[in-house]
Amino acid sequence: MIAPTSGSPRHILTVDERRVALSKASTGRAADRVVAKLFWLCAVCILLLVLAIALMTVVQSWPSLTRFGIGFLFTQTWDPVAGHFGALPFIYGTLVTSVVALLVGGPVGLGAAIALSEFTRGSLRDLLSSLVELLAAIPSVVYGLWGIFVLAPILRQTVEPALRESLGFIPLFTGPAYGVGMLAGGLILAIMILPTIAAVSRDVLRAVPVDQREAMLALGATRWETIRGAVIPYARTGIVGGIILGLGRALGETMAVTMVIGNRPAVSASLFAPGYTLASVIANEFSEAATDLHLAALVEIGLVLLGVTVVVNAIARVLVWQIKRPDRPSAAAGNVVR
Amino acid sequence: MLPLRVHPVVSNPIEARPSPSREDQHGLEAMRLTTWYGERIAIRDVSLGFGKGKITAIIGPSGCGKSTLIRCLNRMHEVTPGARVAGKVLLDGEDIYADGVDPVLVRRRVGMVFQRPNPFPTMSIFENVAAGLRLNGIPTGKRLPDLVWEALDRVALWDEVKDKLREPGTALSGGQQQRLCIARALAIAPEVLLLDEPTGALDPVATLKIEELLRELKDDYTVVIVTHNMQQAARVSDVTAFMLAGADRIGSLVEVGPTSQIFTSPKDRRTEQYITGRFG
Amino acid sequence: MRKRSSIAWHRRLGNVLMIGLCVAALGLAVGVLLLVLGYVVSEGAGSLNPAFFTQTPRPVGETGGGMANAIVGTLILVAIAVSIGLPIGVGAGVYLAEYGRSRLATVVRFVSDVLTGIPSITIGLFAYGLLVVPLRSFSAIAGGFALGVIMLPVIARTTEEAVRLVPDAIREGALALGIPRWKTLVTIVLPTAIGGIVTGAILAVARVAGETAPLLFTAFGNQFWISSIRQPIAALPLQIFVYAISPYDDWHRQAWAGSLVLVGLVLLLSLGVRVAVRRRALGG
Repeated sequence: MIAPTSGSPRHILTVDERRVALSKASTGRAADRVVAKLFWLCAVCILLLVLAIALMTVVQSWPSLTRFGIGFLFTQTWDPVAGHFGALPFIYGTLVTSVVALLVGGPVGLGAAIALSEFTRGSLRDLLSSLVELLAAIPSVVYGLWGIFVLAPILRQTVEPALRESLGFIPLFTGPAYGVGMLAGGLILAIMILPTIAAVSRDVLRAVPVDQREAMLALGATRWETIRGAVIPYARTGIVGGIILGLGRALGETMAVTMVIGNRPAVSASLFAPGYTLASVIANEFSEAATDLHLAALVEIGLVLLGVTVVVNAIARVLVWQIKRPDRPSAAAGNVVR
Repeated sequence: MLPLRVHPVVSNPIEARPSPSREDQHGLEAMRLTTWYGERIAIRDVSLGFGKGKITAIIGPSGCGKSTLIRCLNRMHEVTPGARVAGKVLLDGEDIYADGVDPVLVRRRVGMVFQRPNPFPTMSIFENVAAGLRLNGIPTGKRLPDLVWEALDRVALWDEVKDKLREPGTALSGGQQQRLCIARALAIAPEVLLLDEPTGALDPVATLKIEELLRELKDDYTVVIVTHNMQQAARVSDVTAFMLAGADRIGSLVEVGPTSQIFTSPKDRRTEQYITGRFG
Repeated sequence: MRKRSSIAWHRRLGNVLMIGLCVAALGLAVGVLLLVLGYVVSEGAGSLNPAFFTQTPRPVGETGGGMANAIVGTLILVAIAVSIGLPIGVGAGVYLAEYGRSRLATVVRFVSDVLTGIPSITIGLFAYGLLVVPLRSFSAIAGGFALGVIMLPVIARTTEEAVRLVPDAIREGALALGIPRWKTLVTIVLPTAIGGIVTGAILAVARVAGETAPLLFTAFGNQFWISSIRQPIAALPLQIFVYAISPYDDWHRQAWAGSLVLVGLVLLLSLGVRVAVRRRALGG
């Protein structure tokens, strides 16, 4: 207990003494400015950093930029030995795997989000949401490992032959079943972007006001008709934003895809064929690139990747702007809504 | 007279003011105050004196500008981004809005208690009361416990918290937290105490305790209280000022006078309507 | 009457079907999670022995050895990353929360979100150009720097939220005592927000601990212990990658074990944060 040291005289440090001391004590004018400047500097750092990243990528890729020009994007050859570099196979591989990822991960993610938002409640919903978000917390390399030893064999032995049997008339499903290839890459990506799409969609769906649902139900609609007719349209922008966000993530995903895509720089019609993505070629070849031109070409690929992901993410942000700042830091928020 | 400026500034000649004897009675005086939030005028042309040793209550319906007014008295209004003030507020004769006056020094002389008790959550009860002295770098040395005791004793909280001074300030009941905030304000020995609806969030028992406290405090301070509770104003204050916002939503002072007069025979019809519950 | 029920039956069927599909989707998502985690645990648990945690890798082709240096390497890289990302990130977050109405703040917020979307491998390229080329060596510094850059916007955002959450009443209470603004910020607002700030930092660490791509040509990997952070350094995710794509069964086994450790670490951090947040929300 903190007891007074003296009895009960009313002013121990007299009122006047205190007032004088307070009038003389610093008001922090200078410190206010310094502290504000310090924080301002940190904020500016982020700005400068992004500019530096863009600049550095351009500078490092300069030899390749000037050598190949815009044709770089349309050339199919990738020959480090001969010094011919073209990004088309990688653009193609990135596009194909991303499209597969969206086609598989999108509906599943949205479906899961609908289930979470509309058909679960309370702690069950929290638990299941957490589990779905946990998918985003697993490191990419672990997915790759799992992809090599679990997914690829399944694809090679079961899924791809089955697809070839039934849908082999479509060029997409022809050719030998290696297991690794663009299908594997797309599926792994689907798993990885699923939590992003699910989390964003779930949040937008939950934000739809109750009276929207109640109005439809009062008209005699079934639950599903309510969802399809009232809830989803209301949340449409956010859902699309979430999907584009997922796309952004798929475009930049490196390790898992590298480990299951087969790493062959060729454009093939079949999903079973090995391919290569923009991120994968950088991952595989950069540390061993022998010539400066090779390095520059790889950085130019990085530049393409940078440009594409920035644009896609910017579009997503515009659509999802109110979701990007969740009011509670969910465990995987840093991973899910990147 | 305590300085409000950090650096010496040539003082502006103040225009003709009322005779010295009457002016001395005002611990604080607002002169032709007009405030803005951005482009919108909140209160216009309010002139009001607050007497030393008196409790002045500001009453009026929601939105009449009474909170805005009281926040001008310790330069808290300008903390809101985009807020502006025109006019003067004389603290002991010196305009707190004059050029070169540091608002930080003003706030050390004009204390404020808010509607919701806001003890600092990371500090203990002791630290909360001591905050004004400690964080302003006042060298109190060994006498700090005495000063904390004095402030808590003044608000009749000492006996209730003397065994738990190290507990967080938020561990108390609402009424106790509010008294803690008053103690915190008193610890820095202000000249004026502003209370913005201090019992708005409290239960009736706690409310009465605080009203009792205010009556004791008025001997040593100029007390200004904003309240939406007319009965409270009638119980507690010596002077009452009635404010009203017009159809243009700009607040102004309608009438001010001794409390007994305002509540029994108000001069303005609008005051009478408010008192008798016709609106607001 | 009959007509209404015959319309209803196929609508009801459609209803049940679609709901079933959605629930199935949810089940699929959770199922995949359990499938992945299940394999990691079952394949990796058997290989977790003391040797794994204390020894460094054996030369190529030999069995045995462990990932001790990789585990420590990850810790070192995270430490470097935090020392870069935390101060600047918190500073930026505080700026956005406290001085956040300026045009600069809007721009910084947008740019920060752009930064979170930049693929980590591109950031690795940046760190390569900035630190590996001039220093002429792969290094822990370069790797840590890349991870720090990745952490930066995450920490800025969570810090901004945490500081925003501090009620204005607290700020005003302090200002009304004549406490200068900077002191209010540093001694009252920030300590009040510290819980949220730390939470955000831990989440950022969980995210960054599993990153491999940016380390491929910055930290690069190392079979041995390092004596200086200017040397290349091993990291758990890197090691897993190298082992996974190798042709050796023993290395595959160790890759699973490493994955178990990595996933365990990341989940522990994420769950720990969740528990702390919930406890704080309940305790009030």
